[in-house]
Parts: sequence; C-alpha cells; structure tokens
Amino acid sequence: MNAVVKRFPLRLDTKGARVDMTHGSGGRAMAQLIEELFLKHFDNELLRQGNDQAAFDVSAGRMVMSVDGHVISPLFFPGGDIGSLAVHGTLNDVAMSGARPLYLSAGFILEEGFPLADLDRIVASMGQAASEAGVPVVTGDTKVVEKGKGDGVFITTTGIGVVPQGIDISGDRAVPGDKIIVSGSIGDHGVAIMSSRENLEFETTIESDSAALHKLVDKMVETAPDIHCLRDPTRGGLATTLNELAMQSGVGMRLLESDIPMKAAVTSACELLGLDPLYVANEGKLICICSPEDAERLLPIMQADPLGRDSRIIGTVVEDEHHFVQMETLFGGSRVVDWLSGEQLPRIC
Amino acid sequence: MKYVDEFRQHTLAKQLAEAIRQEADDERQYHLMEFCGGHTHAIFRYGVQDLMPDNVKFVHGPGCPVCVLPIGRIDEAIHLVEAHDVILCTYGDLLRVPASGRKSLIKVKAAGGDVRMVYSTQDALKIARENPDREVVFFAIGFETTTPPSAVALQQAKAEGLKNFSLFCNHVLTPAAIQNILESPEVRELGSVSIHGFFGPSHVSSIIGSRPYEFFAEEFQRPVVIAGFEPLDVMQSALMLIRQLNEGRYEVENEYTRVVSREGNKKAQSLVADTFELRRSFEWRGLGLVPYSALKIKKGYEALDAEKRFTIPVSQAKDVKGCECPAILRGAKRPTDCKLFGTVCTPENPMGSCMVSSEGACAAYWSYGRFRQPAQQSA
Repeated sequence: MNAVVKRFPLRLDTKGARVDMTHGSGGRAMAQLIEELFLKHFDNELLRQGNDQAAFDVSAGRMVMSVDGHVISPLFFPGGDIGSLAVHGTLNDVAMSGARPLYLSAGFILEEGFPLADLDRIVASMGQAASEAGVPVVTGDTKVVEKGKGDGVFITTTGIGVVPQGIDISGDRAVPGDKIIVSGSIGDHGVAIMSSRENLEFETTIESDSAALHKLVDKMVETAPDIHCLRDPTRGGLATTLNELAMQSGVGMRLLESDIPMKAAVTSACELLGLDPLYVANEGKLICICSPEDAERLLPIMQADPLGRDSRIIGTVVEDEHHFVQMETLFGGSRVVDWLSGEQLPRIC
Repeated sequence: MKYVDEFRQHTLAKQLAEAIRQEADDERQYHLMEFCGGHTHAIFRYGVQDLMPDNVKFVHGPGCPVCVLPIGRIDEAIHLVEAHDVILCTYGDLLRVPASGRKSLIKVKAAGGDVRMVYSTQDALKIARENPDREVVFFAIGFETTTPPSAVALQQAKAEGLKNFSLFCNHVLTPAAIQNILESPEVRELGSVSIHGFFGPSHVSSIIGSRPYEFFAEEFQRPVVIAGFEPLDVMQSALMLIRQLNEGRYEVENEYTRVVSREGNKKAQSLVADTFELRRSFEWRGLGLVPYSALKIKKGYEALDAEKRFTIPVSQAKDVKGCECPAILRGAKRPTDCKLFGTVCTPENPMGSCMVSSEGACAAYWSYGRFRQPAQQSA
C-alpha cells in the first residue's frame, strides 16, 4: 500500500448526512461519494481503474444488451429494495434471451436531500445482489437533481451478456401445440409492494420474489436448447406478458386457471384490493414456451432449482387469428385474459 | 381462501347449472337484470353465461357508480381543481372518466392540478389535516355502500373542527334507480326491453336491507333476489328467479343471507340519516333526472358541503356523439350495439363511462367477453 496523503480527510458521513448538489457536480464531493460509497460496495478491478468507461475483452458470438430504469416506490419493501431490484431486473432481461450476463452498468439520479444512509443501504444491497449473481457493476454515473425534481433515487442499469451457440430464443417463436410453463407462484412482488405503500398498509407475510434468474435459465437452455420463448412477467403481470407473446408470434393461448400457481396470501390480498393477480407484477418468475417434449424435460430441471420449485405447465399455444389469450376458469366457464389497460385500480364498490 | 373459495367451486357450479337447465322452461325466455356492476364483473370474470341455457340471459344494469355519474359532475369537480385550486381526493375509478372538452381528472392532474387518488375517506381527512392551508375536497360517489364512510368523514371533520375539508356529494340511491328503469317506456309500454326479474345488489343491501325492494317487486310484478357477488351466488340466485317466474311469484328473496338481513345495518343507516338528506332530483347518466334518487349534505353539516363552500357553475355537458352509454345503462342496448365500441372507444381511450370502470358493461364485454360476440351474432 502506498503511503499517500488521505484524499478525503473527513470520512463520508453515511449516518446523518444527505445528498446535496455538490455530490453531482463533478468535484471533490462527488469523487468522495464514488470512492467511499459506490466503490466500497461494487468493488471490482474494472471499476477501480477509475475510467469513464470499462474496457474488457469479449468472446466471439452473439451478444445481448438490455437497459432497465427503476423508479419504484417505496424504495424498501418486504423481500428487497430498489437496489437489488435494479440488478435482478436487468439480469433477467438479459437472461431471457438465453444469454449469460457478463457485466452491468449503473446510473443513479439522486434527489437533493436524500439521506446518504439510505443510499448506502441501497448500494450495499445492489453490490450484494451483483456479487451473488457473479456479474460485476463495471461502470456507473451519478447525477443530482434539485429537491422536488426526483423521488429520492432513480436507478438505471444496463447489462450485457453472451448467448451460447445454437440458442435462438425470441418472442415470435411460439407455435400452436407449444406448452406454456410458468416458473412459480405469480403476483408476489406486486402484492409485497402494495402492502408497504403508505396509504395502503396491510399486514401480509408475502415478500417480493425479486431474484436473478440467469442461473436457472442456464440450466434450462442446457437441457432444452430449442426453447422458443422466455420472458419475465414483470409490469402488467402474467396476463400482459402472455398477450405480448401471443401478438408477437401471431398465435392464441389457452390457459387453465386451476394450474396457475398462486399463493393463498396473494389471492387474499388481491381479493381485498379488488385486483386480478394475473395482472400483478413479478420480479423473479419466467414464462417459458417450448415443444411438449421439451416441457416434459424442463419441468423436473426447473423444479429442482429453488427459483423454479413451483414450476407448472399452465396452458397451450393454439391457432387463433385474433391472438386472444383465453382461460378456462376454475368455475368452469371461460374468459378472455386481455391486456392490462391503464393502471389496475382498486374497485370502489 | 375461507368464505371465498366455497363460492367458486366448479363441482357445485356444474350441479347448479344442471338444476337451472331442469328448471328453465324451454318455451319461455328469462331476461334477468343484474343491477350491480359487481355482478356484471363476476358473470364475465368467471364465465357464468357459459353455464346458462340459451334462454337465460343476463341484462346488465346501471349499478356501476362511476358509469351513472353524468359528465357534468366530473366537469364540476375539474372546476374545483382548476378554478379553486383545491386538493381533490377521489377513488381511482373516477380518474379516467372522460369529461367535457376531452378532459379527465387524470389529464387535469398531468397538467398540474392537485388530484389525489385515495382508498378511503380517512385518507382524505388525513390529507386535510396535513395541509391546513389548502382546501381539500373529497369527491364522494357511490351507492348506499360507500355512503356510510362519507357520513363518518363528515362527523369526524365536524368534531375535529377541520376547517379546510369539504365533501362533493354524489351519493345515489339504488331502489329509486331500479324503479326508474321499470317505469321507463322501453320496459313498461313499448316492451322493447324485457326484464323479467332482478338480481338485487349485495353490498348495497347489506346496508339498506332487503325491505326497500318489496314495494316494486309487488308494484311491477318482478321478482327480486338479493344475490352475493360470487359466481355461485349469481347462479343460485338465477335459479331462484327462474323458479319464482315459473311459479308466477313476484317476491323479494334473499340468497345472500350470510350478509343481508331484511332490516339491513341500522347503525350505518342512522349515520347516513344524521348527515345526509334526499335531493329532490339528481341526474343519472342514462336515466336522466330521477326524483329523490340521490343524497345531499344535511343541515348542520352544510359548512362541509363543497357545493355550498365554492361557487361551481352548472355544467351543461353532453355525452360524446354516438356514445350509447345511456341506452346501455338502461339495458336497452348491448355494448356491441354501439358504433364506438371497440373502434374509437376502448379501455385505453374511453369515450363513455361504461368503458372506464371494470364494472362497466362495456369494459367487461371488452375485457372478458368480446370473443364471444361474433359467434353469438352469427348463430
């Protein structure tokens, strides 16, 4: 270790201090924030080089790149926070192409007055999520906006990854006869968020399912390289994601309500709030569409992974010129499962 | 889930469907109006129509509080935000209802108006306490079910001496509306709308009881069955209605005995009686001016009445041309009879109120049932 003069004589006060405009001005305060907060939690060789970009070698082959902005409220919720979510969300978007994620970038927009203690907690959680996933945050950016012009903190993450040879997963590849698999219970994330909203507090044991799915995907593509579609049903929930896929592939879908995994607490909360769990967000689930033979092969592999333990086949891809997603209800009737329109609002009567 | 799953059981549904098939006379039609949007929603969400014989049809009534609110009242609420700079607290369903001049509360909010979505009157009171130098108005709408919470808010605000809180009252009454439908020429004289029986509201009846329906069951010779909002409730009630019709009876029966009594919730009734009184007349979308069909804030609470506190010009707004919401609300037309349905009017871009709320007939048709329509028309 070089015996250099300490660059910042006073340590960054991550207990009581708050973000101010100097933290985004490019001066010494910003340098200290980067070094004593971001670098502390994200520490890796590429980031430590201190350049405005990360330079690295890549293998030959097909690369994927994805970006995701995170503006969630509240910032901390049962089962996660905006930090872990920002890592998981982007890793999952990369992984849904069958790719192995390699690197992440992170851009922060901080609101003046935001407590550094909260920022420290969020960045620590991001660092932990990235290290658990084995995907480092190698470059980043920080901006500060005046009080009232943001909502605490917004985080944008970008991920890049490389697709293994021979994998061609895309939303337009579903064909009639394919099976639709979901990797576990739906609606957990959305209900966890709603349970902690300020004006809606209700007690539930439900935690967000926020998780990085790329290791599960890795096993899946190894078992069944010809998976047709993968997608994570985030905003808009299972219903909206299936409609996207049906539209992209030009097919219809038939679901069986009785086969869709759902936690009792999620069903109850949705019942109470007048929401339909099919439209509630997930952050650690995926939908897989593949041939019936592949579905048989995939199910045991998925169920053996903790993140896919409750995987189920929930329906079949069918021919339908209207591209409708229809569902046989538990009750014995049938209904169209449409796109989500607007926000899902609680019913009033 | 206890008390919910029991009322959605597939096997029981099959048995009930069979019983209905046995009971229904092939020679006659059974047009049953569900007054409440809650029933409409359940019928579509669970596919109840699929389990009915062809001659048993559901006619969707005007029981969605968002749908029956005339455009003018939304205009007036917008006026409160724009001209009086109030914080307007409202239930979420109202945000997207189209007002005059292509406005809606959600657009007014985007343009800088202080419109806040709340889940209860208590949220609105809290906002008023936290913003003592702003006027806070609660946009009160709904049938008898949502009236008691408004009554509580008025009492609390008065007791606390909350000076900056007021209530824009749009509470309406169910029995008056049902009676109005039965008296309409389409039903009574022309016979162009046949309604043979009614599913009585469930939540509303938990407050007012089943007694208020007794008059018009007798007067108009239409059976009423108070029905719960679960799909099995709807089916059981359909069976009870069909049975009454077959036997020539016109009674008020109560399927929803686990919640509704003949007398209703006396405590809630007295709360409402303490704070509200009848309006001489109120405009309903689809029904026009209906006498004694709505409530206004009573003497003693007038200081909390937004209509007294602020000058609000009366809006002469008209529905969008071609919009059939009024006829649909009366059961005189189906959503698919409207030229705008699914073309320019969709849940993303609603022209009429029936497309806004998930309980509105148009939105329910669009979301859950539209695939069924072409098949039915060609049949």
